[in-house]
Amino acid sequence: MAKYTLKRFGLMLLTLFIITTVTFFLVRMLPGTPLANEEKLPAEIRDQILTQYGLKDPLYIQYFKFMGNLVQGDLGMSLSQSGRSVNELLSDRIGPSAIIGFQGILIGIVVGLLLGIAAALKRGTWVDSLASATAVFGVSIPNFVLAGLLSYWIGVKFALLPPALWGGYEFTILPSLALSVYVIAQVSRYIRTEMVEVLDQDYIRTAKAKGLAWRKIVTNHALRNAMIPAVTVLGPLTVNILTGSLVVENIFGIPGVGNLFVESIMVNDYTTVLGTTIFYSVLFLGVTFIVDVLYGIIDPRIRISGVKE
Amino acid sequence: MKPLLEVSDLHVTFRSQHQEVKAIRGVDFTIGEGEVVAFVGESGSGKSVTFQSIMRLLPQPPANIDRGQVLYSGRDLTKLSEVDMQKIRGKEIAMIFQDPMTSLNPTIRVGKQITESLMRHQKLTSQEAKNRSIELLKMVGIPSPSERINQFPHQFSGGMRQRAMIAMALACSPKLLIADEPTTALDVTIQAQIIDLLKDLQNNTGSSIVFITHDLGVVAEIADRVAVMYAGKIVETGTLDEIFYDPKHPYTWGLLASMPKLDQSRDQDLASIPGSPPSLVNPPVGCPFTSRCPYAMKVCQEQMPEVTTSSDSHQVACWLQHPDAPEVKNPVASAGR
Repeated sequence: MAKYTLKRFGLMLLTLFIITTVTFFLVRMLPGTPLANEEKLPAEIRDQILTQYGLKDPLYIQYFKFMGNLVQGDLGMSLSQSGRSVNELLSDRIGPSAIIGFQGILIGIVVGLLLGIAAALKRGTWVDSLASATAVFGVSIPNFVLAGLLSYWIGVKFALLPPALWGGYEFTILPSLALSVYVIAQVSRYIRTEMVEVLDQDYIRTAKAKGLAWRKIVTNHALRNAMIPAVTVLGPLTVNILTGSLVVENIFGIPGVGNLFVESIMVNDYTTVLGTTIFYSVLFLGVTFIVDVLYGIIDPRIRISGVKE
Repeated sequence: MKPLLEVSDLHVTFRSQHQEVKAIRGVDFTIGEGEVVAFVGESGSGKSVTFQSIMRLLPQPPANIDRGQVLYSGRDLTKLSEVDMQKIRGKEIAMIFQDPMTSLNPTIRVGKQITESLMRHQKLTSQEAKNRSIELLKMVGIPSPSERINQFPHQFSGGMRQRAMIAMALACSPKLLIADEPTTALDVTIQAQIIDLLKDLQNNTGSSIVFITHDLGVVAEIADRVAVMYAGKIVETGTLDEIFYDPKHPYTWGLLASMPKLDQSRDQDLASIPGSPPSLVNPPVGCPFTSRCPYAMKVCQEQMPEVTTSSDSHQVACWLQHPDAPEVKNPVASAGR
């Protein structure tokens, strides 16, 4: 297990290196420069600014400098917000993103799990139909449509919750909901399928023959086995939450990392684009890594096969 | 012998939207205390369904007990609530299943799978239950049981898993053990070990055992009495000797003749019963074996034969037993060995 984990970790670092390198050169290919209204600037001021930010050096020197700083955890200075480092910008913006992302996935998993289990246990009843309708709805409606609808109906028409922007806790609810619907759909669908299959297994009959109560059979014997395959979708789902937050944050006007990312692309803020990309990559790779390790913990057969006995 | 389980007129049907399968069509039998009864018959004859419906393990729907009575120590199991039934399962009547590979939960440690029923039925603390499960594993012949309880089923071999299943079933010292083809999925040497184990346990605990199998060799080793099932009915029942030395039903003759013999020459074809059992969607009105029976008469097709009693323990449902029927001799007179 330790060897397996270490190998996955090494691969993760390699992936991160490749993403960083490719993005570094890609952003430079964007049309325009970080300097707004550059044609109006006197040449010497322009020169001065470019030198100050190290943009006059040959590209490969800039690359090595950037990587050198990156290893020390420094993402460099923002090109659009003078005097502020990308690290600072990220730590300012991370709060709102984390709140809605975390709430979104939490609501998604809890509701999805309950819905999926209920659907599997009440196969063929209205509960089952409701769950599959929810799944189809959740998977097929893009979250920017959903975010808009939620904001309009609940925020504006019924005025139950703030339709946009950022303030107290009530501001987090609609964006979290907008993010969670897709997760609810996916999780409930997976859990239902797996649960139906697991409930048909011989070992469930064995558990029943032991005289265990049905509730105990479901929680102790069925759920764990049904959750093994579902754990694998957690990775892609978190990614979906991450990319979804780009859109949802912009629609609700939330000062999060997604918003920062989009803004920085608009103004050719190379270092911020790179910084946010690295931030997202680390999150994404970290989640995949954790899911891999989790998978091994939940399923003892995988845990063992990774080890030489 | 005091009866422990009395089943009468049991009917079980599987209903789907399109059809009804009448899997059990009126089964009567009694299991005495301390008795070992074997149920034999080919696949689909209703052996497993009979006992799974007695334990009420079949999902309802599609399965349904249409009619009949299952008296266990005087209580009708078909009328018990689910909660009362849970107190019977595992504690009074335990079951061992055919495939130990799939019948154990792959993600739960073997020890925990044994302690579960101990903690439920005997209200032991987890430490007591753990000690008891180590004893149980030792009793079924699993070496170094205190380490084994912490392992997962995939770390056990097939024979070891079946031993663990038996330990699980015996945990609460049930009065009746139903072994549903416990040796079918195992290789031959392991089969013999498991049979010996069950025999020993039966001698020590005195519990009754129902042995569901289609292996007549196993039957000869372990059973006191045999019930032969065909197409959802018991066609013949008798003591081991009666079934092996004096079988009356042509289907029993066929089964016995189908056993390969050690002294059989290689050139000789293995005997078989031609044809296949009738569909139970529309079961025949008469004797279900008619289409495959070499002695079938007109009446066999039209009417189900009455059960005739040839001794206290020996009963057959066959028209050949009727006084007007022609005399037919068992073609495998030497079947008993």
